[in-house]
Amino acid sequence: MLQFVGLNEINGPLVALQGVTGVAFDEMVSLKLNTGETRFGRVVQIEGERVVIQVFEGTRGMSLDNTRTTMLAHPMEMPLSLELLGRTFSGSGRPIDGLGEIFCEKSADINGKPMNPVTRVYPRNYINTGISTIDALATLIRGQKLPIFSGSGMSHNKLAVQMVRQSRLSGTDEKFVVVFAAMGVKNDVADYFRRSFEEAGVMEKVVMFLNLSNDPIIERILTPRCALTVAEYLAFEHNMHVLVIMTDVTSYCEALREFSSSKGEIPGRKGFPGYLYSDLASLYERAGIIEGSSGSVTQVPILTMPNDDITHPVPDLTGYITEGQIVLDRQLDQTGVYPSISVLPSLSRLMKDGIGEGFTRADHQDCANQLFASYARVQDARALASVIGEEELSDVDKRFMVFGKMFEKHFVNQGPTENRSIEETLDLGWLLLSLLPREELDRVGDKVLEQYYRPQAAAEKFHA
Amino acid sequence: MNKNQVYSINGPVVTVRGATGFQMMEMVYVGEKRLIGEVINISDDHTTIQVYEVTTGLRPGEPVAGTGGPLCATLGPGILSNIFDGIERPLGEIAKESGAFIPEGSDIPSLDLEKRWKTAVRVKVGDQLKGGDIFAVTQESSVIEHRAMVPPTLSGEVVSAAADGDYKVFDTIIVLRDEKGTEQILSLAQRWPIRSARPVAERLPIERPLITGQRVIDTLFPIAKGGTAAVPGGFGTGKTMTQHQLAKWSDADIIVYIGCGERGNEMTQVLKEFGDLIDPKSGKPLTDRTVLIANTSNMPVAAREASIYTGITLAEYYRDMGYHVAVMADSTSRWAEALREISGRLEEMPAEEGFPAYLPSRISQFYERAGYMNNLNGTEGSVTIIGAVSPQGADFSEPVTQNTKRFVRCFWALDKSLAYARHYPAINWTSSYTEYLDDLTPWYSKNISPDFMKCRQQISNLLLDESKLMEIVKLIGSDVLPDDQKLVLEVAKVIRVGILQQNAYHRDDTYVPLPKQLKMMQVVLYFYNKAKEVVGKGVPISELTATGLFEALIKIKYDVPNDNLALFDNYYKDIDEKLGKLNQLAEQF
Repeated sequence: MLQFVGLNEINGPLVALQGVTGVAFDEMVSLKLNTGETRFGRVVQIEGERVVIQVFEGTRGMSLDNTRTTMLAHPMEMPLSLELLGRTFSGSGRPIDGLGEIFCEKSADINGKPMNPVTRVYPRNYINTGISTIDALATLIRGQKLPIFSGSGMSHNKLAVQMVRQSRLSGTDEKFVVVFAAMGVKNDVADYFRRSFEEAGVMEKVVMFLNLSNDPIIERILTPRCALTVAEYLAFEHNMHVLVIMTDVTSYCEALREFSSSKGEIPGRKGFPGYLYSDLASLYERAGIIEGSSGSVTQVPILTMPNDDITHPVPDLTGYITEGQIVLDRQLDQTGVYPSISVLPSLSRLMKDGIGEGFTRADHQDCANQLFASYARVQDARALASVIGEEELSDVDKRFMVFGKMFEKHFVNQGPTENRSIEETLDLGWLLLSLLPREELDRVGDKVLEQYYRPQAAAEKFHA
Repeated sequence: MNKNQVYSINGPVVTVRGATGFQMMEMVYVGEKRLIGEVINISDDHTTIQVYEVTTGLRPGEPVAGTGGPLCATLGPGILSNIFDGIERPLGEIAKESGAFIPEGSDIPSLDLEKRWKTAVRVKVGDQLKGGDIFAVTQESSVIEHRAMVPPTLSGEVVSAAADGDYKVFDTIIVLRDEKGTEQILSLAQRWPIRSARPVAERLPIERPLITGQRVIDTLFPIAKGGTAAVPGGFGTGKTMTQHQLAKWSDADIIVYIGCGERGNEMTQVLKEFGDLIDPKSGKPLTDRTVLIANTSNMPVAAREASIYTGITLAEYYRDMGYHVAVMADSTSRWAEALREISGRLEEMPAEEGFPAYLPSRISQFYERAGYMNNLNGTEGSVTIIGAVSPQGADFSEPVTQNTKRFVRCFWALDKSLAYARHYPAINWTSSYTEYLDDLTPWYSKNISPDFMKCRQQISNLLLDESKLMEIVKLIGSDVLPDDQKLVLEVAKVIRVGILQQNAYHRDDTYVPLPKQLKMMQVVLYFYNKAKEVVGKGVPISELTATGLFEALIKIKYDVPNDNLALFDNYYKDIDEKLGKLNQLAEQF
């Protein structure tokens, strides 16, 4: 192996070496300080005999002459084995739970390779999360990537934990595991997840990667890649159903921005690098199902929208890659509604093929369409009411106001431990729609309405 | 021997030091793995190469080999029903060879070299042929006859011709002696550089619509064969869904669908759905007329940049045979971002939002390859381009949307608030436009009805009136409006829900032929005019609502099957009867 003494340049997390030959692009490097500490890095640029290396743990304490650099002659790899389940790792994939090293069955390049669209299997199997708004209106499908767009201080973590606890696939007992990647989260958030997994008794089915907010940013860039490499291994080689929760993608993107600017790259929007889309895609696109394996990788990335702004580059580019999104709403959150899911902008693109007869229930699509349309109408009525006062609204608009209130109170709102079956959810949806005049339900055919339109029952239940 | 070696590596950008003798845009093989790349910059001391694959593991000193020509697409039978990556490598074959994940440096030929095509040779020894002339035909799929043509740059006399029979794509079919006396061997396949437009005899005026069966498009904002359209919209507004609907139902002979930097699962969905769907015109699966180019967002960014050109080159090749081709590019923003990414690596001076200054000229070069053409061989064909645009933050003032707007003539703006209300297709009728109306009016008048464009104008006026009235309603509520204006609101709602909204999952509603579109407009307008009379006589709008006619009109799209337009008569009868009663009532008091 090639060894070099000293460095020629240090700039942020980057170091440069001169006179290096025979090193490959993206190769791993170990840097040994004279204090005995060993750090790892990766070749990010080669120019003739000058090599630029990105140091994962940061360059603090390094000087031009106290470091010995060794070229490891392989790209960044993650050791893989079934023993990973129940273990906790650092952002760069080294065990930090004090239980010793992993005896690996094999190891794989953490960058993965793109899935061939020809061998992908189109995801159709729905995951029952027991949460009404998700199950009925933005159904999560196995193999999908469905992010949660949230803001600081909202209940996205609670929601993620509830999803892990309640998610199940009706009618099978195939293995379900969770890969959890924390990127730049606070210590107590990481702790909350760990505790919740322990309380739910699922810890032995969880692989955790922790890069806390005070850990080096370069490691943060590796965290999701290590996590997804493990997820792919468990899903495609051991036929497990893997749910990957990545939080917080915004911190990840900020780390990428910091790293990019230290390399002196030309920035795009809001200072984020121009390749942010491709970079995020290289993570999100690793969700899916492939031919020849019964496992699946489902991703639920969580991101906090700075200033609750959905047009910020991180949620914006995420939304363009992922197959829908679940958006949390601060106003709902403040009125005490949990989960505070904002129904209208939330969407699951894969939903249409995973619901209905044979999956959930034949009337699911009708019910969802009508709920969306009617709730959109509620917003119009509310906007009008805020100008002219509720009293002045037409009778129909008043009915919509009542519907909107009841919908939020009984359908969206649900306790963190309440697990609703899909039948309960859909029946509740129809019952709420029955609060409206029948002719306003214009997205549904008469046959369906005859079966589910029950204005009396609705009036009794909701006292309207 | 080979003196060209890798000097520096920065992501997909590689440089070679010294005078290399490479040409600009020459295709090269980089490194031991033979990664495919393209020369993008030459100076006296170094040459810059953009590599279409991941450069992990590449070392300085590895060889770089030139191919002597630009990046070319292989054009021949076997393209249809296939799925390629951005540089025309067959993904199906790659999967057979290397499994579910795509490796680097795979060197699989674009077309199946072993398959034999039943060929009929159309020329004989002694014939004079010029560029573009068809010399042999073979049935490529159940619906498309593949016509092998003399490459546009060649001409001469046939000195030998094979007999009819089964041939592989690179078997010699004819030998041509050109003016210089050189003998050129022609086979079923030819190669063409993807960045150059294939030559044509002349551009013809645009006068035929591309019929899509989508009401808001065919009726309000029609596009012509040979035209260009942009579909901009934020995420979740249904760009991809609109593209899928157009790819499924538009009356082009061939569809080239370019998935450029989009989702892998979406391409899988296209593959699966198009295999299952039957083309209403031919009765054969849609895949028989479709080519897919899939360069998903996690595949190498440089190949994403090339995928647009690969797609349009395939389209032009089929156009030259005399077909009408529609190209769906989803999404051109990802392509522009690929340009930006590579430009950034080259440390070029950025213009707006980091995009290179040549962005507008690249966009116009792409869209200008569309057109209704008189081909070199005398046939007529067209390439229509429909490009999706994904503006950042759904902000239409960003550079890609703005520059695209300058070079397309049809603009279907997707609207977030419509999408939130699940009004699909979420094409906003106030901010969308088409410049093809005047070009297409004669066709509509002649082939559908002289009434069509008149109805369209009235429908569009009603929608405009509605949006003006809504300004007032937003301030003071609809109750204070006089009844004739309330009627406008109600009828506009019928138009919005009954005509503009279309259900892609409904058996009849997913594709609606033009005669039914016309009849739907006519019956709504008939009702509006009658109702206006009644309201003029002082009948309150609530009486009109009570007739149930509004709901009936909205549900026409589901209640009248596409093949039984006689049912429309019942609606006229119903309107006459119910409004007649109201008329009598009004006269009594």
